[in-house]
Amino acid sequence: MSALAAETVEMTPILAARGVGHAYGDFLACRDVSFDLYPGEVLGIVGESGSGKTTLLKCLSGHLEPTEGEVGFAVRDGEMRLLGEMGEPERRALARTDWAFVHQNPRDGLRMSVSAGANIGERLMANGHRHYGNIREAALEWLAKVEIDAERIDDLPRTFSGGMQQRLQIARNLVTGPRLVFMDEPTGGLDVSVQARLLDLLRGLVQRLGLSAIVVTHDLAVARLLSTRLMVMQGGRVIEAGLTDQVLEDPQAPYSQLLVSSVLQV
Amino acid sequence: MSVDANTPVLRVSGLTKTFCLHLQDEARIPVFDALGFTLNAGEAVALNGPSGVGKSSFLKLVYGTYLAAAGEIAVMHRGGWVDIANAEPRQVLDIRRETLGYVTQFLRVIPRVPTLDIVAEPLIERGESEEAARARARDLLNRLNIPETLWSLSPLTFSGGEQQRVNIARGFAASFPIMLLDEPTASLDAVNRQTVIDLIGEAVAAGSAVIGIFHSKADREQIASRAFELTPALAA
Amino acid sequence: MTATGPLPGYNFAYLNEQTKRMIRRALLKAVAIPGYQVPFASREMPMPYGWGTGGMQVTASILMPDDTLKVIDQGADDTTNAVSIRNFFAKTAAVETTTATAQASVIQTRHRIPEEPLREDQILVYQVPIPEPLRFLEPRETETRKMHALSEYGLMHVKLYEDIARYGHIATTYAYPVEVDGRYVMDPSPTPKFDNPKMDDCAALQLFGAGREKRIYAIPPYTKVISLDFDDYPFEVQTWEEACGLCGARDSYLDEVILDDRGGRLFCCSDTDFCEKRRAMGYRGAMSGEPQEAAE
Repeated sequence: MSALAAETVEMTPILAARGVGHAYGDFLACRDVSFDLYPGEVLGIVGESGSGKTTLLKCLSGHLEPTEGEVGFAVRDGEMRLLGEMGEPERRALARTDWAFVHQNPRDGLRMSVSAGANIGERLMANGHRHYGNIREAALEWLAKVEIDAERIDDLPRTFSGGMQQRLQIARNLVTGPRLVFMDEPTGGLDVSVQARLLDLLRGLVQRLGLSAIVVTHDLAVARLLSTRLMVMQGGRVIEAGLTDQVLEDPQAPYSQLLVSSVLQV
Repeated sequence: MSVDANTPVLRVSGLTKTFCLHLQDEARIPVFDALGFTLNAGEAVALNGPSGVGKSSFLKLVYGTYLAAAGEIAVMHRGGWVDIANAEPRQVLDIRRETLGYVTQFLRVIPRVPTLDIVAEPLIERGESEEAARARARDLLNRLNIPETLWSLSPLTFSGGEQQRVNIARGFAASFPIMLLDEPTASLDAVNRQTVIDLIGEAVAAGSAVIGIFHSKADREQIASRAFELTPALAA
Repeated sequence: MTATGPLPGYNFAYLNEQTKRMIRRALLKAVAIPGYQVPFASREMPMPYGWGTGGMQVTASILMPDDTLKVIDQGADDTTNAVSIRNFFAKTAAVETTTATAQASVIQTRHRIPEEPLREDQILVYQVPIPEPLRFLEPRETETRKMHALSEYGLMHVKLYEDIARYGHIATTYAYPVEVDGRYVMDPSPTPKFDNPKMDDCAALQLFGAGREKRIYAIPPYTKVISLDFDDYPFEVQTWEEACGLCGARDSYLDEVILDDRGGRLFCCSDTDFCEKRRAMGYRGAMSGEPQEAAE
């Protein structure tokens, strides 16, 4: 049975967590989290507020140093490197090339004082692009991909609606072709109608670009639509993990069952 | 697809499943106890049993949507056996992409995605060209009598019957060595019901192994070459 | 002004020797790391911030009794700020002062670099209001320092991008960012970009002092200084249709002076010494009231 005929399945993870935990002082916000994320997988992390999912996301994305455990990332040549052993320059370089981070509040992820075009172009310029025409073209292309009218390219993000700002943040993040996207409640502050559009857009982009992603959300519908796998967190621990449809349709842990049964039916 | 008949493609053994409802006084609902079943290439099996015996649960266990408590669900995948009950999520996903098809009467609607794309998606995910995938999707939608004017729309606003047919088209877009069918013909009119039966027949003729729940006896007789009876498990 | 000895009761050039030593240490570090902003313990000076306290502290620290000092403000030797600072050092250091660029060994400036090429035996001291070129888009000092440390300068081009998007060309005309010695990006203070090319490969030592922001930085002699730009929007300096109305110069930085309320205006060299010198040589502009181009 162990003679797996799975050679077509990617064998090396793009991100690996081993016993990751973080304590704020005496308070353990998350602990003992281990998993592998493979290329093309979208991992949803669900749980109520305070369950440690955002802290975990920060640890995984290098925003916060875990107080225990290790996070490894497969850099472009395939080598698995531990984030904790990378210097800050390398981590920051990753953050503007291979990684993307979509914040819940677009104001945290956008530069509000410069135009939409400059917001999209910033990562390109940070990576050494020095041709205005090309940068502009890439910005227009990405505005189209996230369904923002090309005419808005020179407008400031503050003149955009919340949904547009969030889509702009996504364009700004994806323009450099990252391999791994971290999302923290990407649809958090949005109206339901706007959420659907954004989710569909995200789903399409993730699929088309073959991105790997880690999505933190407390919304099970978001998790269902975007993620292939789910981790359920409670009190800082992962209490259940598995295929998205399996966790949602046959939850094992008491808390998972509560979470799933608490969803309001429309 | 040239697979010898009597070659097993799905082997279920010792399958045990109990639902434990933690929120309802830890109620335990036994479903299966050491269940065994084998499905061979190119055969169509009707999954029979009284209502509530766990027919749909059985298909969901095989598909990996339900977690087995014990036992093995071995699937012939890419030339080797993989135990779905103990496989990693990404292996299960690969199996679902290539080996295991699953068709129900319920469409999970994704907002804003046009009908044609929903049907073509399984082929595109497999690496088929968009053109070929769309051609196949058009063909299926035509056969299932979904008017062409609806193809560019999301099925969100379609009638229940239309959504069901879109889902069947999607389910049959790609060919799978093993197909799990959960009442695909339920509540269809005679014409569409016959189309679905034809689609199943074509899949079997092409070498797919099929196990399905069919409500009507007539359907069962048309489709299945043998039956697999589920009986209520002994109370645990 | 004649040297009659420093004002009694004051140390030479106003600052005490310990302070000067502290500032010189910062200056040495700045020269060693071209374009890097060195923090220093900026002192209170007997004038408000924004009037050149940083430049004055640098000047005070490098001034020697036999130096000749020139002070310019917007290129002019005769504006209030320039006159006051010149008088200040004439009194407290009793150094020679001059308005002639060629005769000065130390030139303190606000906004301009003299038109006349500088020499190895000269030092140019800039008064700097905002030393941090990244401040425009990144308000956090911790973050800008990190960006300098890691040479993360994409943000500078974001500013230039915005210019082109908004005005069709790079509209930044002063404080135009430069890359020094292939490493640090530096704000040349409010100097017009017309003067940026003069910073490149300059024979004189260039020192920058920001009093309120407590930063010192430097460009050593003959250092490569490149103005940032895009491949398809290369750096360009300002040009004028007009020639200087007084001396007829066509290659100097011109100020526009409104003469009356009937639309009368005069374009003239902002570098007053340069302009006077040309006129002394007989060059005349259209509005000099004398026969034009006498020398030519």
